[in-house]
Amino acid sequence: MSVLAPTRRLGLTGNDAVALAWKQINPDVVAAYPITPSTQVVEKFSQYVADGVVQTQFVPVESEHSALSACVGAAACGARVMTATSSQGLALMHEILYIAAGLRLPIVMAVANRALSAPINIHGDHSDAMGSRDSGWLQLYAKDVQDAYDLTILAVRVAERARLPVMVGLDGFTLSHSLEVVDVYGDDAVRAFVGPGPDDHYHFLDSPEPITIGPLALPDSYMDFRRALAEAVARSAEIIAREAAAFREHFGRSLPVFVEPVAMEAARAAVVLMGSYAGVVEEAVLRWREAGRAVGLVRPVVFRPFPAEALRAALAGVEHVVVMERADTLSTLGGPLGVELRAALYGAVRRPVVTDVIFGLGGRELREEDLEQVGRLVEEAPGGVRYLGTGDGV
Amino acid sequence: MALNLRELSKRAEGLAPGHRACAGCGFPMIIRLLLATAPEPVVVVNATGCLEVVSTIYPYSAWPVPWLHNAFENAAATASGVEAAARALQARGRLARRPKVVAIGGDGGTYDIGLQSLSGAAERGHDFLYICYNNEGYMNTGIQRSSATPQGARTTTSPAGAVLPGKVQPRKDLTEIMAAHRMPYVAQASISHWGDLAKKLRRALTTSGPTFINVLTPCQPGWDYPPDQLVEIARLAVETRYWPLYEVEDGARYRLTYIPREPLPVRAWLERQGRFKHLLADEARVAELQAWVDDNWARLTSRAAASGERVS
Repeated sequence: MSVLAPTRRLGLTGNDAVALAWKQINPDVVAAYPITPSTQVVEKFSQYVADGVVQTQFVPVESEHSALSACVGAAACGARVMTATSSQGLALMHEILYIAAGLRLPIVMAVANRALSAPINIHGDHSDAMGSRDSGWLQLYAKDVQDAYDLTILAVRVAERARLPVMVGLDGFTLSHSLEVVDVYGDDAVRAFVGPGPDDHYHFLDSPEPITIGPLALPDSYMDFRRALAEAVARSAEIIAREAAAFREHFGRSLPVFVEPVAMEAARAAVVLMGSYAGVVEEAVLRWREAGRAVGLVRPVVFRPFPAEALRAALAGVEHVVVMERADTLSTLGGPLGVELRAALYGAVRRPVVTDVIFGLGGRELREEDLEQVGRLVEEAPGGVRYLGTGDGV
Repeated sequence: MALNLRELSKRAEGLAPGHRACAGCGFPMIIRLLLATAPEPVVVVNATGCLEVVSTIYPYSAWPVPWLHNAFENAAATASGVEAAARALQARGRLARRPKVVAIGGDGGTYDIGLQSLSGAAERGHDFLYICYNNEGYMNTGIQRSSATPQGARTTTSPAGAVLPGKVQPRKDLTEIMAAHRMPYVAQASISHWGDLAKKLRRALTTSGPTFINVLTPCQPGWDYPPDQLVEIARLAVETRYWPLYEVEDGARYRLTYIPREPLPVRAWLERQGRFKHLLADEARVAELQAWVDDNWARLTSRAAASGERVS
């Protein structure tokens, strides 16, 4: 444990934990527009601004589109910049997500993951961030409030070293509004970890030679920029691993990257699941284990860059996989995690049968009988796509 | 520095030669005047549009100052972020001198898709100048109508046909909308009156808080005139009172900065442009446009008179 890091145990909601991490980081600029269920991040942070405990320039913009636009402007100047959003707000930012990544700006965004309209629904699923998956943003997903806090701090270093924007996903309400006990590090420890701000790469305001950022690129150059972005995302894997190790060194807490395996020793089947339901499924998996069934759990923490290698390694000895996910691609091929996992496994020596289970859309609860159904699917490995907990549907 | 030609000509050339604007395009004059009149360093945030496209084709840039392009509708929001970052970095000792932020957009990116972000930034009171270079249409995408397009003008999405006479609606009055935000300084200008424009730019750049200038700048392919008549066409918009030159302080004090001595009928402006060609034979429509111009002028002069200003 670092000498800088006396921890306190506090009861915090996910949104409180993110706001507290922001306070400790004390960013240069926060621009945000309120949307459920991420609103309290910015409410809490506004109070920190009003109380003068942070020196952040807070820009309370008139839309999420402008929130991310202001973040792009500020980050291009070399400022450390954060925002928070959910659902329709993230969808409204969609255009600017690509610009933030294309300009290689290290913006950190908390996404309290929520369903998309229509019908309108304010509750949790991963549809919002999954719609952003091809934008060039790195994506981290929290399992619990501790994760939401830790990953927010980690994201600052990852973003600034990879020169890419990072989203930290915390499941709407399940994490954003639930009170959990969190180990909180000292302010000094957090500030020592994140350092003073992005390095001298960003000279926009005071370069000795004026810089033009965001010009028109024609076919003779555009594709080279996009390839460079793809390579930066690929290289970010190494940076995430390195920064997670630095985090462990500094705070004395391990962060799982890129996937967290649970009970995978000699497992012949596995559930793959991101986000807050990992805890519930872990309970079930451990019960199944006790009952003599060789089933484990693999939780991806990182979705971008896609942890193909880590998933292949974690699932190497497995014959059946059930992917449980809270989003759909509406492509008839299942959810985005399942689609990408199948693609990642295609080159594996032994390919497990993958069954894609879509559950928990718009905050629908995962019930005991749903878990039993997952248990049966793990056993029977039917493949294909299933919708859990819908009964006969609407 | 005095704002006369002798002094302005001593300033280094602003926008570099070699930008790709059309012959007979007005906005390079605005940029040159902006860069010549700026009393302190400026950084420019540019909305998507003709200006961005013609001045920054990678790997070239015509800009001698820091320049940032984000998207079409968000120049004001982006400028808000730049201004906030400059404040933050200066407060933390990471920036010696805070430059003046200037956002620039065409009428499409300002009157229409960018109006929300402009209004938001104005309400929040960011210290920046927003310049709308207003060529009265979406010229970058091939001359479509915008809410700045005047009634009767022919565009590719408001064509003149057997039933419709070009654009049906009068133009939106963005200058008044911005004045209603009670910004410290709002002005309307034209590239034809460079001295007036220079004074307004200087005034806006030295006023703290949000300022806005709406500059009329003809578009050669969009308005259809011989390239060498650019300035004359812009001047006719002013002399016919189609485009009054005025300024508004704090949304309340109105001042006409140029009063045409012998105002010309609006027809004198219409007949020099191809986009109104179909209209000229239709006396009723020309009269309708003239009535709109007269009404607008009367409204402005009464506000200026109420502010204690000379109006004729």
